[in-house]
Amino acid sequence: MKRIGVFVCHCGVNIKETVDVEKVTVELKKHPDITHIENYMFMCSDPGQNLLKNAIKEKKLDGVVVAACSPTLHESTFRNAVEEAGLNQYQCEIANIREQCSWVHKEMKDATHKAKVIIQTAVAKLKLNESLSAISAPVTRRALVVGGGIAGIQAAIDIADAGYEVVMVEKKPSLGGHMIQLSETFPTLDCSQCILTPKMVQVSKDENVKLHVNSEVEAVEGYIGNFKVKIKQKAQLVNPDLCNLCDDCSDICPVLVPDEHEEGLAWRKSIFIPFPQAIPATFTIDEDSCLGLDPIACGKCKDVCEAEAINYDAKTQIIEEEVGAIIIATGYDLYPEENLAEYGYGKYPDVITSLQFERILSATGPTNGEVRRPSDGKVPKEVAFIHCCGSRDPDRHLSYCSKICCMYSSKHAKLYKHKVPDGQPYNFYIDIRSGGKQYDEFVQQAMEEEELLMIRGKVARIYKENDKMIIHGVDTLSGKGVQLEADMVVLAMGIIPSAGTDEFAQKLKLNTGEDGFMVEAHPKLRPVESIQAGYFLAGTAQGPKDIPETVSQASGAASKALALLSSDEIFHSPIIATVDTDLCSGCGICVATCPYDARELNEAEGVVEVNDILCEGCGACISACPSNACQQKNFTNRQLSEMIKIVAAN
Amino acid sequence: MAKPKVGFYWCASCGGCEEAIVDLHEDLLVVAEKIDIVFWPCAMDFKYQDVRDMSENEIDITFINGAIRTEEQEEMANLLREKSKILISFGACSQIGGIPGLANFHDRDSIFQSSYGSTCPSVDNPDFIVPQTKTDVPEGELTLPAFHNTVKSTDQVVEVDYYLPGCSPAPYLTLNAINTLLAGKRPEKGTVLAPVKALCDTCDRKDSKPDKIMLKDIKRVSEVELDPEECLLAQGIICMGPITRSGCTQGGEGRCIKANMPCRGCYGPIPEVQDVGASMISAIASIIGIEGEENMSDEHVEKIMDTVVDPAGTFYRFSLATSYLRRKLNDYAKDNN
Repeated sequence: MKRIGVFVCHCGVNIKETVDVEKVTVELKKHPDITHIENYMFMCSDPGQNLLKNAIKEKKLDGVVVAACSPTLHESTFRNAVEEAGLNQYQCEIANIREQCSWVHKEMKDATHKAKVIIQTAVAKLKLNESLSAISAPVTRRALVVGGGIAGIQAAIDIADAGYEVVMVEKKPSLGGHMIQLSETFPTLDCSQCILTPKMVQVSKDENVKLHVNSEVEAVEGYIGNFKVKIKQKAQLVNPDLCNLCDDCSDICPVLVPDEHEEGLAWRKSIFIPFPQAIPATFTIDEDSCLGLDPIACGKCKDVCEAEAINYDAKTQIIEEEVGAIIIATGYDLYPEENLAEYGYGKYPDVITSLQFERILSATGPTNGEVRRPSDGKVPKEVAFIHCCGSRDPDRHLSYCSKICCMYSSKHAKLYKHKVPDGQPYNFYIDIRSGGKQYDEFVQQAMEEEELLMIRGKVARIYKENDKMIIHGVDTLSGKGVQLEADMVVLAMGIIPSAGTDEFAQKLKLNTGEDGFMVEAHPKLRPVESIQAGYFLAGTAQGPKDIPETVSQASGAASKALALLSSDEIFHSPIIATVDTDLCSGCGICVATCPYDARELNEAEGVVEVNDILCEGCGACISACPSNACQQKNFTNRQLSEMIKIVAAN
Repeated sequence: MAKPKVGFYWCASCGGCEEAIVDLHEDLLVVAEKIDIVFWPCAMDFKYQDVRDMSENEIDITFINGAIRTEEQEEMANLLREKSKILISFGACSQIGGIPGLANFHDRDSIFQSSYGSTCPSVDNPDFIVPQTKTDVPEGELTLPAFHNTVKSTDQVVEVDYYLPGCSPAPYLTLNAINTLLAGKRPEKGTVLAPVKALCDTCDRKDSKPDKIMLKDIKRVSEVELDPEECLLAQGIICMGPITRSGCTQGGEGRCIKANMPCRGCYGPIPEVQDVGASMISAIASIIGIEGEENMSDEHVEKIMDTVVDPAGTFYRFSLATSYLRRKLNDYAKDNN
């Protein structure tokens, strides 16, 4: 029989105030399964840990229960201490008598009784605990970065700089993401392209980075440290190695389609380069609009291409890569404008989105940086900027704040004033959210020096009268209705996960939240990791954020990935599910319940097998197994029922 | 040497278990050669007094089938236990309560109401006369055994040495058990004398199973035309095969499955399973509506759950009396045995 020691922590007064620790100690001393029991003010302190280590040696203990705070806090502290004293760390159990007892009760009598019961359940579990050791597996020391916006670029640079290979996958024909579309960035107003393109070049030149554009992740198999990734790359109709960017092809191309990079404010050809600094620097054919795929219909570009870079017969290909870590940086899209029909987007050309306005402001944009409105090219003298379009409206649209629209709408107004000094910007806002270094100063300065008119209130309706856009809203400070005329309206659209995030997440079995964004492992303490081991999150795929925050998170995700890649082996908790093959009938019910694909029916043997590395020990299979052949190590049904019996008897 | 003495007795049962003995066919004659049947009221003329007159442990092996429903059955179980070296709990009702155990969803009062009262359409009993343990008639006092409030398995009343599961036990298992014991072998006390693994292990539809069994809803056998070869669970039918001990046919393919009907669970749970109904509900709940469950509304979940008609009777069909639930609790049940 195990010699079990129990250590009751006072946690200062946190526990002691409500639980009579002396009484617990004295009364449990008689417990037949407890060899040694004592209490101490702070078990987690060094002297507290020494107390535990000495007792293990002196009393020849082979199991320890620490009755203290939640195991999420100090379980590892005590397990390490136990290991230092020569015991297996899984012979240490935590009885949570703080969060689950002293903090939630007022009556000392009841709380003391409950603390005793909790300790006894931990003892009952510990009696049946096995000694376990961590499971190890080799690591493929390469990373996959999904998404080629600023988040993906930063993560790739950090990983490549550390000397590890990176496979980058970008859905579009070029790196750059939304950031490359932006004009100038708040709060310092530096040109977005100017700060982003050096990073794009750096990525493209880095020998550690393998870039796949026009590509999407098709499937991921395997597990942390050992992923096998299938990447589907669209047919490379233009060979990037041969294309010399002469532009003859797009000159002759007869097909015009709206230019995505210009947010539809300009036209591009079917064979095109997304923007001058595109990486990789090559023309590309948009299969959906190209006529040449039917050579009878067209084929002009191929005729003029002296570099012979065009091949209409190129096929979609599947590229297979092996990586150890995956960084998700799939970015965002704007909330669909059609959902805000009352603002007239689509009906009135001079109602535009914030991203369209970024293009108008951009020196490389459709107006070469002059502020001109789309309908007639006139310089608008009054512009209304509507914040929170679709955001913070849980009843009808998105419940959350897009986090950046206060800042960029102020920036828009400011840049507009710089370009049209006699113009008047109006900003309709709900609240100004300008938390961030130099952010509030930026907004204040815009209001004070640039003569912005800030109107606190929501806009109900926008319509056109003669040449003007009429904006109906309410000023919630005065409580009065507002009606304004403007030449152009800019909608600061809410932010949603990029199109396809949902399917992508399902394919990779990643969790998304109610809002559709990727869910981090812990909102505060593990913000860059996914709950699925080996996946890390960067940028707006995880939630709305601005550039500095995106870059920080990308570097954070990269460093987490690097920590994984920097070792030959990964270690995995041994608290996993097992299958008793003597009991398993191979009914297969558990297989579908495993969220990690860690279970497989071995048809030859007629039993289910567990992949130890993939198993995260969630327990779904255990509750599903009708024959009790599935057991969680150190959480066996027998252990749980012994614990329940104690609770039920008390 | 005298032949081993064997007794058979029935409690609350349908008689199928008695048939199961007869179903040994010519093997019965071989067995009968080797043994001396000292008690089998269903087939031969014995009186309780014959048993009372026996000395302790005089019978070598006694097979008791049926659940314990009445005072008489309880008395006989105790008496036979006293007189027998080995007591075998024979059949589902004896082992786990069986179909009679479903009466534990009711109580004596409501059962009497539905059997003798106005709710029973075929009974004309305006004075609601119900069985009494004692009735005075001019000739003297008449007695009837008391009707318990709760149905029990045999081992909830007396100690049991071995179990033969099934509704009814397959004759080959009975024969194996008799031969094993006659050969002097004594498995560990409490052993269920049938294979250990669940029916899926030997089911001949095993290979038809998809890689992942995911159900959208539950169907009743009357609602669909069942594929005669595909796994029934994968067809959305509640088949208790995953939790039920195999052995109902010697070939292992499943007696009901052969008839294109789902396993109903009569062979009882495989070892380690504490509560058949709860475990099976947990298993079905784990694979039903699993696709898109993140976005499933409460109404949708309710709708799926409603496709399981009579869940208590389905999942606890044979095992209610020995489940954690044991019976429906109410004030009446609390005060009465």
